Amino acid sequence: MSRKGRLLTIEIVSVALSIILFWVPLYFVILTALKNPQEAARMNLDWPTEIRLWQNIKEVFVFRDYMLVRAFWNSTLLTVLSIVVLTVVSSMAAFVMQRRQDKASPWISFFVLAGLIIPPAVVPTIWVLNGLGLFKTMTGLVLVEVALGFPFCVMLYRGFMGTIPKDIDEAAVVDGYGGYRLFFQIIFPLLKPVTSTIIVTQAVVIFNDFVNPLYFLPGSKNVTLQLTLYNFTSQFISKWNLLFTDILLITIPPLILFIFFNKRIVAGMVAGSVKG
Amino acid sequence: MSKLQRKIYSYSFLVPAAIVYIIIFIVPTFLSFFFSLTRWTLSDWEYIGLDNFITFFKEPYLSIGFRNTFIYAVVTCGLKVVLGLLLGVLLTGALRIKNYLRSVVFFPTLVSTIAVGITFSVMMHPTTGLINETLSFFGIKGPDWLGNPSIALLSVAMVDVWKGVGFATVIYIAGIMSIPEQYYEALQIDGGGSWHKFWHIILPLSRPATNSVIILAFIGGLRSFDLIWAMTKGGPGFSTDVIASIIYKQYQAGFYGLSTAGNVILFLFVSLLAFPLSRFLTRKEVDL
Repeated sequence: MSRKGRLLTIEIVSVALSIILFWVPLYFVILTALKNPQEAARMNLDWPTEIRLWQNIKEVFVFRDYMLVRAFWNSTLLTVLSIVVLTVVSSMAAFVMQRRQDKASPWISFFVLAGLIIPPAVVPTIWVLNGLGLFKTMTGLVLVEVALGFPFCVMLYRGFMGTIPKDIDEAAVVDGYGGYRLFFQIIFPLLKPVTSTIIVTQAVVIFNDFVNPLYFLPGSKNVTLQLTLYNFTSQFISKWNLLFTDILLITIPPLILFIFFNKRIVAGMVAGSVKG
Repeated sequence: MSKLQRKIYSYSFLVPAAIVYIIIFIVPTFLSFFFSLTRWTLSDWEYIGLDNFITFFKEPYLSIGFRNTFIYAVVTCGLKVVLGLLLGVLLTGALRIKNYLRSVVFFPTLVSTIAVGITFSVMMHPTTGLINETLSFFGIKGPDWLGNPSIALLSVAMVDVWKGVGFATVIYIAGIMSIPEQYYEALQIDGGGSWHKFWHIILPLSRPATNSVIILAFIGGLRSFDLIWAMTKGGPGFSTDVIASIIYKQYQAGFYGLSTAGNVILFLFVSLLAFPLSRFLTRKEVDL
């Protein structure tokens, strides 16, 4: 076979595979979200006799006293607060960790990087949060997300900080800048590319986080989106249409991020993994 | 370092992060070693030595977690490396649709794990699920993917690979794109074919990417919980229970000491496997 022919074959095969492996599951989710309960229960790809998407969305939202609205609010709050704290705290830490080398440096690096590998100790964390009065609170969960996301963010910031020449610091010192003014007025603005990468990647990670809300924010008052989805599996036992409407709604925010920031997200993940 | 420098790069910058990280992560990690040796009700504890660990090794419904965690990590990691490399090569090649394929392969990485788990467990339904309906159209009787204890773990692992392979692929794409053009030119002069290109250039020179993928996928596999929990909750029986799901189950049941012992075991498991693995891999990298 000619080179061109072979290329075309590979292209056709890979498009076919991508349709079967990726588009069919997505189509299935969308289709089931359009259906009525009886048709959804058949779990097939038949086109629905009536399109009930709007009604399904309303039903999912109204369910359990607007639980989903609360969950959207909680997940958004969790994501935004965690990211604000994470970016400020990690960039500050990375600044000193990258610029300053002394006897303590290797130890600091070791403890921070260990956080990338070590699984967090769940019940002792609950015990500590409980002692501080932060268990089952949004503040507590935000702190957990910050603590667990910190090593990854520091790594990204430190890598990028290395490309900012130290001459800038020296010039600033000559102009009479102190450490904090130097960092917040000069260095932090220069970190903008990596900050935006961190914002998008961490937004996806925290928004999709299931384990930490499950452990540290139980109770239906504080429910997050991933928890509603998980709880709905037992509550919507014969209402697959509503379950999949929920899945569809939850997938929209990451989808939007993906459409606008695809390159950023990929760049961030690659940078983080290759350096680590 | 001069006094001035020390003043500019003051350790006070580390304080906010250190407070959160130490209190929420480091302290609980150290505490877990102590509490794993106790019978613990959160308000009170009783020292019982290594009893929790002995229970973990003796009780079949707990010790199955070791085997499953290991199998799950090896299978998902192995497949992600192989498929990620293949896709990486494919998507850095001459294909005209590679941008489309990159997006499609990467998108599942961003979707909620719970959503993916629920969708696939519906599609894997033994009789009415999409997968078996399709198979029966071709006259094949599909297995009970999640109900048969001997394949349930592998079924979940396949979904894990489906969701995670995009990440492995982008790491490989970055690795392959960073290979200098001269190597390919030299190969062209020597008259090597595309197999030579893969075997003698891409494979050895994308070694750092391979190492990253192996380490990340392996550690991720050892720690994984949410997908398994969303799809099988450890069942049928205990056939898909991994250490992380056992930790959760024991926590729910109120056996906090036992749950924490599970955490310590996972910690040791990850350290004993991941640290030597990463050292082994990076040593090879230097030899190259």
